[in-house]
Amino acid sequence: MANYKNHVLVCSGTGCRASQGEEIVLNLEAEIEKNGLGEEVQVVRTGCFGFCEKGPVVKMIPDNTFYVQVTPEDASDLVSEHLVKGRQVERLLFTDPETKEKVADSKKMGFYKKQIRLALRNCGFINPENIHEYIARDGYAALGKAFTMKPEEVIQEIIDSGLRGRGGGGFPTGLKWDITRKVQAEQKYVVCNADEGDPGAFMDRSILEGDPHSVLESMAINGYCTGATKGLIYIRAEYPLAINRLKIAIEQARELGLLGTDILGSGFDFDVEIRYGAGAFVCGEETSLIHSMEGHRGEPTVKPPFPSESGYKGMPTNVNNVETYANIPVILLEGAKYFASIGTEKSKGTKVFALAGKVNNVGLIEVPMGITLREVIFDIGGGIKDGKKFKSVQTGGPSGGCLTEKHLDIPIDYDNLLASGSMMGSGGMIVMDEDDCMVSVAKFYLDFTVEESCGKCAPCRIGNKRLYEMLDKISEGKATEADLGRLRNLANVIKDTSLCGLGQTSPNPVLSTMDNFRDEYLAHVKDKKCPAGQCKSLLQYVIDAEPCIGCTACVRVCPVDAISGEKKQPHTINQETCIKCGACMDKCKFKAISIQ
Amino acid sequence: MADITLDADKVEELKAVCVKFNHDGGELINVLHAAQIIFGYLPAEVQVIVAEGLNVSIAHVYGVVTFYSFFTMTPKGEHPISICMGTACYVRGAEKVLDEFNKLLGTKTGETTPDGKFSVSSLRCVGACGLAPVVTVGEKVYGRVAAADVKGILAEYGA
Repeated sequence: MANYKNHVLVCSGTGCRASQGEEIVLNLEAEIEKNGLGEEVQVVRTGCFGFCEKGPVVKMIPDNTFYVQVTPEDASDLVSEHLVKGRQVERLLFTDPETKEKVADSKKMGFYKKQIRLALRNCGFINPENIHEYIARDGYAALGKAFTMKPEEVIQEIIDSGLRGRGGGGFPTGLKWDITRKVQAEQKYVVCNADEGDPGAFMDRSILEGDPHSVLESMAINGYCTGATKGLIYIRAEYPLAINRLKIAIEQARELGLLGTDILGSGFDFDVEIRYGAGAFVCGEETSLIHSMEGHRGEPTVKPPFPSESGYKGMPTNVNNVETYANIPVILLEGAKYFASIGTEKSKGTKVFALAGKVNNVGLIEVPMGITLREVIFDIGGGIKDGKKFKSVQTGGPSGGCLTEKHLDIPIDYDNLLASGSMMGSGGMIVMDEDDCMVSVAKFYLDFTVEESCGKCAPCRIGNKRLYEMLDKISEGKATEADLGRLRNLANVIKDTSLCGLGQTSPNPVLSTMDNFRDEYLAHVKDKKCPAGQCKSLLQYVIDAEPCIGCTACVRVCPVDAISGEKKQPHTINQETCIKCGACMDKCKFKAISIQ
Repeated sequence: MADITLDADKVEELKAVCVKFNHDGGELINVLHAAQIIFGYLPAEVQVIVAEGLNVSIAHVYGVVTFYSFFTMTPKGEHPISICMGTACYVRGAEKVLDEFNKLLGTKTGETTPDGKFSVSSLRCVGACGLAPVVTVGEKVYGRVAAADVKGILAEYGA
């Protein structure tokens, strides 16, 4: 193998690829060749660095210089300056928003300072398409170690670590494994749930794209512990890059005998297959997922029996989420004690969050349990975009709730989030500012639930539709205060009576916004006003007579001829005909049109 | 429903897929994925072939096809446009972008233009939230799209 002096790591996650990441790699390789450095410098396509806001990211090894927002045109400077002359390309360094100083070391950036990367340990560090790079980072050592222990001992280690399911429910992982182990059956299965359906969550995709072997290794460890010899990864078809990297990883693991028969001479057989999702949110629920893998509609069934007892093809099936698996090698290699030393009393270790929305640093972060929302949003996230005011943060996706200012200092863990009316979910975290209307946000999530409800049970199928209609009525300004009571009642009924997790949690966005933003709901029903200025029906476009010079530009652009007025005289908008499209406001050069 | 004639080569290709999966009904979703790649969409005629190839009822195939949003029974446009309506994109103004595409193309979400050139659909999170709002045209991903950019994007495809 060639002995390279320098490595140039280029983020090749979905986000950075969409911003010409691949062109950057090709240009870098061409420049390196041109400068005769082909023998000394290697360009590596890595998984996600997490700092998506500033992508595409390029990192230089060994000196750890971290370049942000790189374009393909920058390749020549990076090579001729950094690699040839040894000078940092200042203009591509990260600028600290507070001190305005350039920062070259990612460890000194606010975004990375408070992070502990366990599940993401290899993302942005190794080439996910090369198994040797994973092995060099102690890859498959945990599997080797597991073989020297009894299955019960491995499971005890995981129970002791306190690891809980990272897909949302938070069920103790070790216990789940133990249940599957104890059931007697001819064939058992290990399933990896990679049907990441929460809009705004992308940690599973990033782990599979950046470190696919960690998932394969953990599935094999699970197989050894539970007695399963077949692994299945259920992944969204919308993730082509992750699928491709998984396929490569499976192939390479088979070639090295890390999957297949008699792995590492242990006498243990295990292999993994990929199954594709087809765009159904409910398939994140484990019974639905299993039905989907069997070729059926992804409808849930009542638990018990739990999949651990009767799952895929009626056999005991251990289902864990991608991030849960990614933590297993760390626990086995570093010890349960180390893992349990991080986090809160009942939530151990770290959690990966996909930080998105109106926050300065959008990206993928991994933080210790027990960190506060304030630290995540303001220290790591860099605060709210465009200097606006923080209003709410939505955690847990369509099943979670909207938290507010008063929740900012609560330590984040499974139980605290639940007690605050939200949930951990898979770790989506969407930040909202003063311009977001909470009724609209609740409506947005309900719209999602209505579309994704599988239709099997009535509370979810019919109830959520009615909830949506009630929210629509509120945002149209046609609801009364009494409707708010009905909204709450129905939401509680759906929660209590739905068959699966989807319906049992779908009213959360409604209930949490009603609890935390009651004034805003009241403004909609009593004053018929939308304080955030989002609900179209409650808005009025008005022309201010003073700045209006009567240029008639708005008259010409109005699709319904709602604007009238003499040339060079102030114009007016007929509120009866106005459809509130906003075209006039976009067109007006004199800022004479405003929303009231 | 007007009968359509399927390309004989493609039909053979699909039948071969059913053989590859051992006529196993449990592989239905995998087979439908392959069928959609071959034909571009899953009209009733294709579903019949799949049902026969896997020894399952046509109703079962139809039930699965209509359950999953990834499967479509109408052909997509030559340039399928998808606007991400995940939460991150939504709060950064994806709805306005979607409206602008529909306005300029004269379509409704889920429709294809009469000339078959463009189809507009919304999708749930491509996981590139750092680039919100995100639009994909075919395989190409556009990040941080504003309503004002829509005209330019369409122009790239000769609209």
